Amino acid sequence: MSRIGVFICHCGENIAATVDCPRVAREAASMPGVVHSVDYEYLCSDPGQSLIKDAIREHRLSGVVVASCSPRMHETTFRRAAAEAGLNPFRCEMANIREQCSWVHADREQATRKAVDLIRMMVHKVARNESLCPIKVPVNKTALVVGGGIAGIQAALDIANAGHRVILVEREPSIGGHMAQLSETFPTLDCSQCILTPRMVEAASHPNITLHVYSEIESLTGFIGNFEVKIRNKAKSVDLGLCTGCGACTLACPLAGRIGNEFDRGLGKRGAVYIPFPQAVPHKPVIDRAKCLRFQAAQKKGIPVQDCSVCGKCADACPIAPRKAIDFSQEDVIITEKVGAVVIATGYELYTGGRPRPGDRYAGCGEYGYDDYPDVINGMQFERLASASGPTQGRILRPSDGLEPQTVVFVKCVGSRDNAKGFTYCSKVCCMYTAKHAMLYRHKVHAGRAIVFYMDVRSPGKGFDEFVRRAIEDDDACYIRGRVSKITREGGKLLVQGADTLSGEQVEVMADMVVLATAMTARHDADELARKFRAAYDKDCWLTEAHPKLRPVESATAGVFLAGACQGPKDIPDSVAQASAAAGKVLVLFSSDELQREPLVARVNRTAPPQYSTCTGCFACKAACPAGAIEVEDITDKAGNTVKSVARVNEGVCQGCGTCVAACRSGSIELCGFTDEQVFAQIDAL
Amino acid sequence: MAEFEPKIAAFVCTWCTYAGADLAGTSRLQYASNVRVIKLPCTGRIDFHFIIKAFERGADAVLVSGCHPGDCHYTAGNYHARRRWTVFRKLLEFAGIEPDRVTFAWVSAAEGAKWASLVNEVTEKARKLGPFTRYQRLNEIAEGEAER
Amino acid sequence: MTLPNQTPRSTCTLGYYPGCALHGTSKEYDISVRAVAAELGQELREIEDWNCCGASAGHSTNRKLAACLSLRNLALARQQNLKTVLTPCPLCSKQLLSAAAEVAANPQVRSEAEQTIEMSFGGGVRAINYIQYCTDSLDAISSRIGEGLRGLKAACYYGCLLTRPPKVVQFDDAEHPTSMENVVRALKGEPVEFSCKTDCCGGGFTQSHPEAVLRLSRKILENAKAAGAEVIAVACPMCQVNLDMRQAAIEKRYGISLGLPIVYLSQLAGLALGIDRKKLGLGLHFVSMPERGA
Repeated sequence: MSRIGVFICHCGENIAATVDCPRVAREAASMPGVVHSVDYEYLCSDPGQSLIKDAIREHRLSGVVVASCSPRMHETTFRRAAAEAGLNPFRCEMANIREQCSWVHADREQATRKAVDLIRMMVHKVARNESLCPIKVPVNKTALVVGGGIAGIQAALDIANAGHRVILVEREPSIGGHMAQLSETFPTLDCSQCILTPRMVEAASHPNITLHVYSEIESLTGFIGNFEVKIRNKAKSVDLGLCTGCGACTLACPLAGRIGNEFDRGLGKRGAVYIPFPQAVPHKPVIDRAKCLRFQAAQKKGIPVQDCSVCGKCADACPIAPRKAIDFSQEDVIITEKVGAVVIATGYELYTGGRPRPGDRYAGCGEYGYDDYPDVINGMQFERLASASGPTQGRILRPSDGLEPQTVVFVKCVGSRDNAKGFTYCSKVCCMYTAKHAMLYRHKVHAGRAIVFYMDVRSPGKGFDEFVRRAIEDDDACYIRGRVSKITREGGKLLVQGADTLSGEQVEVMADMVVLATAMTARHDADELARKFRAAYDKDCWLTEAHPKLRPVESATAGVFLAGACQGPKDIPDSVAQASAAAGKVLVLFSSDELQREPLVARVNRTAPPQYSTCTGCFACKAACPAGAIEVEDITDKAGNTVKSVARVNEGVCQGCGTCVAACRSGSIELCGFTDEQVFAQIDAL
Repeated sequence: MAEFEPKIAAFVCTWCTYAGADLAGTSRLQYASNVRVIKLPCTGRIDFHFIIKAFERGADAVLVSGCHPGDCHYTAGNYHARRRWTVFRKLLEFAGIEPDRVTFAWVSAAEGAKWASLVNEVTEKARKLGPFTRYQRLNEIAEGEAER
Repeated sequence: MTLPNQTPRSTCTLGYYPGCALHGTSKEYDISVRAVAAELGQELREIEDWNCCGASAGHSTNRKLAACLSLRNLALARQQNLKTVLTPCPLCSKQLLSAAAEVAANPQVRSEAEQTIEMSFGGGVRAINYIQYCTDSLDAISSRIGEGLRGLKAACYYGCLLTRPPKVVQFDDAEHPTSMENVVRALKGEPVEFSCKTDCCGGGFTQSHPEAVLRLSRKILENAKAAGAEVIAVACPMCQVNLDMRQAAIEKRYGISLGLPIVYLSQLAGLALGIDRKKLGLGLHFVSMPERGA
């Protein structure tokens, strides 16, 4: 038999001014199952909570209804109080008579009557509440970090330094990401490689970090604390154990200096066997099989590469003996690991600035002539020119003729903030790096003229606005407010046609080089990647955080965290901060051996054999579940034969939405805390 | 003759509409007091038996409200609710319930004002439609049985 | 907007919609188009009873009128079993494409229009411009030209309506088109890079604000000349008229010398194919194109 206690809060005047609390207490006392009913000034205060606890003990209450503010305020408070008094916390419910009653209804009679109704509905529900215990799930304290850019490296180091094992997976032959391509970083003009490479080395040599380069994630299954990941180590055609990184093979390759290299964004060249950049970690080469003469010949002839004798100069040049470090027969290898948490730090791509490729999600800016004029380059290409280890050893030179440009035009917002042809969002970093580019150019070409076409200047960080002012005042960058309508070539120069909206005039500049500040975009395969991790993504394919304000590093899937630019355009300080935040979340998860989850999850019933369950195995619930929490359970007899396949809810994954319950045709699944009985009881009391 | 005050049952989701209703309260927006809210984790939880039962137990109108499509806290629960609703709507007339008595809406956690005006709108609609009496006979029989 | 399904072009019989210009002030465009088609063994069948497409006054005064005018032409083409219609004037082709797209997307517009013109139109008619025609016929042309244009330096001028509005005409890159250059190259001419290929010539103001025309067209002509062009190639009667007819006035106004022939792409194709100059209407221009030595 139920013994329910009802506690009505005055909340000072907040409730009592409109709701007649003593009368409500009197009416509640005669509701079915209620043995104790009182009203009090401030139930959430210490004395208020003591009042409840004492009543639980004194009247041996089996259920409690606290009629006060919204459960979103104090449900945890009162449930904890109930637990302290020895009552299972899930037998305590709240009736919202403040936010949804006393604060919104002026008429005292109506508000009081509504309060009574709401309490009665909760009394009926609580009579059917069950004692529930938090669910415990074991935690595997190994983390997977996907992406070896600055965010991935930071997250990996933080977790590894806390004493846990980290598996760091990077798709390129070296870690470092886009930050390794930058020359100097704002707002300090720190050399990017100088601050990054120590971290790269630390990550590669850390005893707790297992590094997989030239690798991709094949699949991820499981749930928080208990993931299984399959990693594909792509064939590098180099035995990393034997290779010393001497680079002799890269010099011997007949294609050396002939293939546009990705690191220099086409401005520099490499061979088919290559080390991506001088500071690469690990400093070992890979063979680009799509370009390698031997692999291409073997493919064309339809023979295995071991039988092909075309070229092979790299192997010939390799000084390692008796077995060469070059291994043409190497194949992809799939490795399986078990991890407890995942940090996605896969970063971004850059819109090149030219016409779209088939399948691209935007119309592109053909009017800037990026695809047609070699002297129109994008921001990252400028970084490579400015970089001391870049294709021009840090000199700003025109790609067309190798001469120093005397007038450089910088165009901001190319593809960003563009509803019609590009992306609607602001790419956040371009205002800062354009100011930086203008400064770097002026530092290197003292007589050069730097002109920046802008719509706005967004420089909100620490020292950021001062940095932009430096570019304008100290380095004489000329900022013109207006857009560029067209860039065409005349003779050896580029005619840039734009507008100056502040003076209302059209502007034409004959430039030697144009640098486009192009939009940061999500990776072209971001949606595919997101689906592998069950992470949500938005219309621009940035991975979505669990809550835009309060949960910026968690994804919608428990145990999968986000760090860096994969979540949205951001600069290095923010990426590092977010990476450490994600690492922090992982460490919270790893701080206990078991994970406690709220038991408000779904449950499929079990009955005695031979029925085992009223579940008929239709699995409508499995199809409906948005979290993928329902599994097939094969019930077997003693001999191991399957007698029935029924649904089973994985308590670790279930989010408690109840969609399965409404989908079930046989009424075999219920949601703890919101069972059909409980809901019908509330409706009954309407 | 006292003006007819309709009784309205509202099935709402915790993360969006319930929060939106709380926001209406924090903002002290005033609205009709005829609504009785039943909080569920997600509109995906709603079995349409609940709605029929609500009418049986004296509701004159029912309101169902959840997160906007695309914003469901559980990613897809509200899509299921929406799909079920399109099928269920056709059954309403067959079940003897005027379709206007059931309203399906999306109210986000930021839309306190929308909640208030929605409640007022639904209340007015129900008032014009008058009391729902078709299932009352069932109740009388059930109560009669219980007494015996 | 979606366009009706594109049906493959019949290689022999093509529908032909000359429009007002080709029957009037731009007669040489019509003459040269027909001469080239005859040389390639292609039949051009003019749509019987075609009417004005509504490009000038029609579309800016009454959108429904413009749609109906164009739709009637399309319906006639359909009736006469002409699936692809060569429309050398881009103003006309833009009107036809626009009307086709509008009725394809909006059944109500379609039924209203059909009621007005008292004909039904189910779609399936595609209007192509002259550049598309050349691109489609490139094989036929390449096999017949000997030395072709012998390296004639031509600046390709697209004007406003060949590539715009991009969503309606869906042809080439609106900002930086290259299709005409490809055709000139195939004709063994040498396309010249210049900055004004999609710039406005002032066309719409040719009667009401001729000063603007002089100023804007001068820029295009001077720029092409400075880039080394011997001729400007066009595929639009409006472009041709403005740049050609006003040249003398521009020269006088600004005290410069231009003498740049404005030649239709069809005339260039004809020359490349070895058709006699007189048969291409080259004598009808204001600025004549000199004969080229062997």
